[in-house]
Amino acid sequence: MASLTADAWQRAFNACIQCGMCGGSCPLGHAMDYLPRKIIHLAREGLVEPVLRSTTPWLCVSCYTCAARCPGGLPITDVLFPALRDAALAAGVQPPAEVKKALDNTYRYGNPFGEGPRKRLEWTKGAGVPVPVMAQVKRPVEVLWIVECYPAYHPRNQRQAQAMARILHALGVDFAIPGPEERCIGDCERLTGERGLFESLVEYTAGLLERYEFGEIVTGDPHALNTLRRIYPELGHRPRVSHYVEFLARRLDALRPRLCRAVTARVTYHDNCTLGRACGVYEEPRALLRAIPGLTLVEMPFARESALCCGGGGGGMWLDTIIWQTAGERLADRRIAHALAVGAEILAVSCPFETSRFEDALKSTGNEGRMVVRDILELLDEAMGHGSEVPS
Amino acid sequence: MTTATTPDVWIYVEHLRGAVAPHTYELLGKGRELAAALGGRLIAVLPGHGSRPLAGTLGAADAVVLVEDERLASFSAEAHGAVLAALAAGGMPHLLLCGATSAGIDLAAHLAGALGAPMVVNARALAVDGGTVIATSQLCGGKLLCELEVAPGTIVTALAGAFPADAGMSTREPQVETAEAPEALRQIRTAVTRLLEPSAGDVDITRAGVLVAVGRGIQRKENLPLAEELATLLGGAVCASRPVIDQGWLPLSRQVGKSGLAVKPGLYLALGISGASEHVEGMKDAALIVAVNSDPQAPIFEVAHYGVVGDLFEVVPPLIEALKGRRAQAA
Amino acid sequence: MKIAVLLTMVPDLVDELEIDAAGTALETQWLRYVLSESDDHALEQALVLKDRYGADVTALALDHGDVDQTLFTALAKGAQEAVKIGPLPRPDPGRREAAAIFAGVLAAWSPDLILAGVQAINDCDGHLPGLLGGLLTLPSIGVTRSVDIAASGTVTVLKEYPGGLAAEMTVALPAVIGVLSAPQPPRYVPVARIREVTKSRTLASAPTPAVSGPPAPTIRRLFKPEPSGRAKMLTGTPDQAAAELVSILENRGVLR
Repeated sequence: MASLTADAWQRAFNACIQCGMCGGSCPLGHAMDYLPRKIIHLAREGLVEPVLRSTTPWLCVSCYTCAARCPGGLPITDVLFPALRDAALAAGVQPPAEVKKALDNTYRYGNPFGEGPRKRLEWTKGAGVPVPVMAQVKRPVEVLWIVECYPAYHPRNQRQAQAMARILHALGVDFAIPGPEERCIGDCERLTGERGLFESLVEYTAGLLERYEFGEIVTGDPHALNTLRRIYPELGHRPRVSHYVEFLARRLDALRPRLCRAVTARVTYHDNCTLGRACGVYEEPRALLRAIPGLTLVEMPFARESALCCGGGGGGMWLDTIIWQTAGERLADRRIAHALAVGAEILAVSCPFETSRFEDALKSTGNEGRMVVRDILELLDEAMGHGSEVPS
Repeated sequence: MTTATTPDVWIYVEHLRGAVAPHTYELLGKGRELAAALGGRLIAVLPGHGSRPLAGTLGAADAVVLVEDERLASFSAEAHGAVLAALAAGGMPHLLLCGATSAGIDLAAHLAGALGAPMVVNARALAVDGGTVIATSQLCGGKLLCELEVAPGTIVTALAGAFPADAGMSTREPQVETAEAPEALRQIRTAVTRLLEPSAGDVDITRAGVLVAVGRGIQRKENLPLAEELATLLGGAVCASRPVIDQGWLPLSRQVGKSGLAVKPGLYLALGISGASEHVEGMKDAALIVAVNSDPQAPIFEVAHYGVVGDLFEVVPPLIEALKGRRAQAA
Repeated sequence: MKIAVLLTMVPDLVDELEIDAAGTALETQWLRYVLSESDDHALEQALVLKDRYGADVTALALDHGDVDQTLFTALAKGAQEAVKIGPLPRPDPGRREAAAIFAGVLAAWSPDLILAGVQAINDCDGHLPGLLGGLLTLPSIGVTRSVDIAASGTVTVLKEYPGGLAAEMTVALPAVIGVLSAPQPPRYVPVARIREVTKSRTLASAPTPAVSGPPAPTIRRLFKPEPSGRAKMLTGTPDQAAAELVSILENRGVLR
């Protein structure tokens, strides 16, 4: 993939005016030995080697704040940090142990958990509705649902996948999932700088998409959306892809009459970085939440373009230890304070990483019981009367 | 191949720093039963140096064969293997039992290669069925068991804890036969230079046989000594789930789970740990998992073998007392 | 110094293991193989010696499972050569037969140091390094956590005993070492490097030598232990639960 080569790096960053907006906006900049502005400067001078040996490459959680604010529009998140990490790995720098394990697992099994491909279907057992698998339906489908790794394997996120299955089923959507054939789309692997691994994942998935006949792709994982929508075209693949918030917002007329049960609560929505800053999707999740009877939507002080990251993107799910050691904080802990400050009873999210990150943050900051974390899918599912009781 | 086999059962006596390894008594107890069924004698083979006093603790055997030489003072597969090879030249036993331990697996495999003898590893059950010894071996980390026929003249390693040690303890004074140290010891190329105690620095929880793990339920740093005391009594170390580490109560090197270490101890005693999947990922392969948690719905009980629903502060003190009582009794 | 590292492919436990119709072997249809964990450490140990002293590292493996991938990965990590031994008389030979095959290949090649993982999860009829030591009449030391080159022609190893105790041992070469763990975690090698090596390098091959040895033990039955399911709950007062727990620990050999 061209955007990670030294060549492209040079081309991309020659335009840097060295203003420092990047480092100034970075939520973890206080912990970095080298801020992006300085890295770009050092790279131009051929002095980047010490950066590779520092902890800096492993402190970026791909929140896209620097890239969104950069006056030159430079691809700091998509190119600079992956290139740094790629160069570090090539120079023999050992990635943090958790990252290493996730990458090893993804290379071998197609998911960062190191679970078997056949277990990708396990979550469907609890869905309560049929979940067709592409290899079995043997006909074109309207929607190819890319479930992605966390909703398929992580026990907390499986509930989100199950809610989505029930919603699609209730709306009569003709859908199927790749099932055991699915492998990680690789957004986090790409941003982690594992160029070769990302290339092999793209080769695999592009091949799979070619074999299947479908109208469009829908995914519950904003990271998958990010790579499929923004990166695949650079690589010559142009799948039609939506996040579920977009897909369901387009079907709000069909959805609204089914939202019959009130969810009486004060709810705030956390804009996740990839759906928001990277893909510019802000209205659809709010439209879905407003459609739920009884629900009062309140905004946090840092919302939309200025939302604070949960810390899980771009490999952040596997960087917790090094970030905790270096920065002494977790972004999710900081973020839930914003939600608590507006008196929210429910923190609504639209990304599988966030449910467990924010639930953890509530526990570790001693705020368990003051607020619950729900995916919009779970709230819709509940409002549709499916009664997906989620123990808090 | 070796000479014809006898109906005897031999036990390799493992010892370290002047004491017989506890596992040896488990083998003696089982060996007693097997020798009787096979109509042979139970022989304890004791290579060592100044090890005669150890022979007195091996009364469960019909005889102890003591081979003394300064080159046998510490274990090496080469030196202790030479002793057993020389003895086997006079007739291979029906069964030679070794522990599936650091010394036992080295010795057994080396000897099996040298003698061309068959070998069976990691037995957790041994029985005689119509004159044939049947072993049940553990494979794939305990996910599979394999029942197999053990041919006469086989070297078998048995898992620690597979058999009760009581049956191998005897106050009887055994018959001690002394055998010459073999010539082959002159050519030994392995030497033990020293024994290194575990470093006083931090514990490596991935190597601990017993782990007492504490979670959010431990509540305060001041409560950690309770877990430490229990760990000391069990001969293990204390580890923790992420919330405890985040509080800075224990160093990161003690963290078990996705963002910490993966451990596989013989016993994992989880105190006040709910069992989030991130934690379970790091400890699910422990041989024995015991959980104490006040929440009967805690997911830790899904992976634990034994569970106690209760406040750890009510369950741990009597457990400590019971262990102390047991120790006092033994002493 | 010539170092041979022996790599063994073992069943991947990530997928549920299934037993064949005869009930004596694993069903191979879905079985995937993975490099034995302690062999990964043996390879790392060899590479540490290479980095430190410039040793020549050759990785050898029997031709079964996904062995090409494993050998290319060893090359990508820094092994100078990778040798695939085959074809095999039967797929997935037991450890005993594997040891004899390796012994035949190694006897002709005489490395100074042979490193292999001390044991593998599917060891049933022996452990590779010890068997090899015996077969080749070389000293063998297993369960090591570090191997270092000492004076010329000797290595110093730390052999691990329970409770963190270790014996420092020296051994004159040639010798066989059964590695439990390397002094550092097995290194990460970027996938791009593995892909590049897979294209640019070829694996050497060695024919399987004729071997003999005792027959493999007869397997009567291979089975899964009863699933434990949910924890068995100990009830009663805390004192009663504690007493019951102590007796369980005693029976399981945990208490000494």
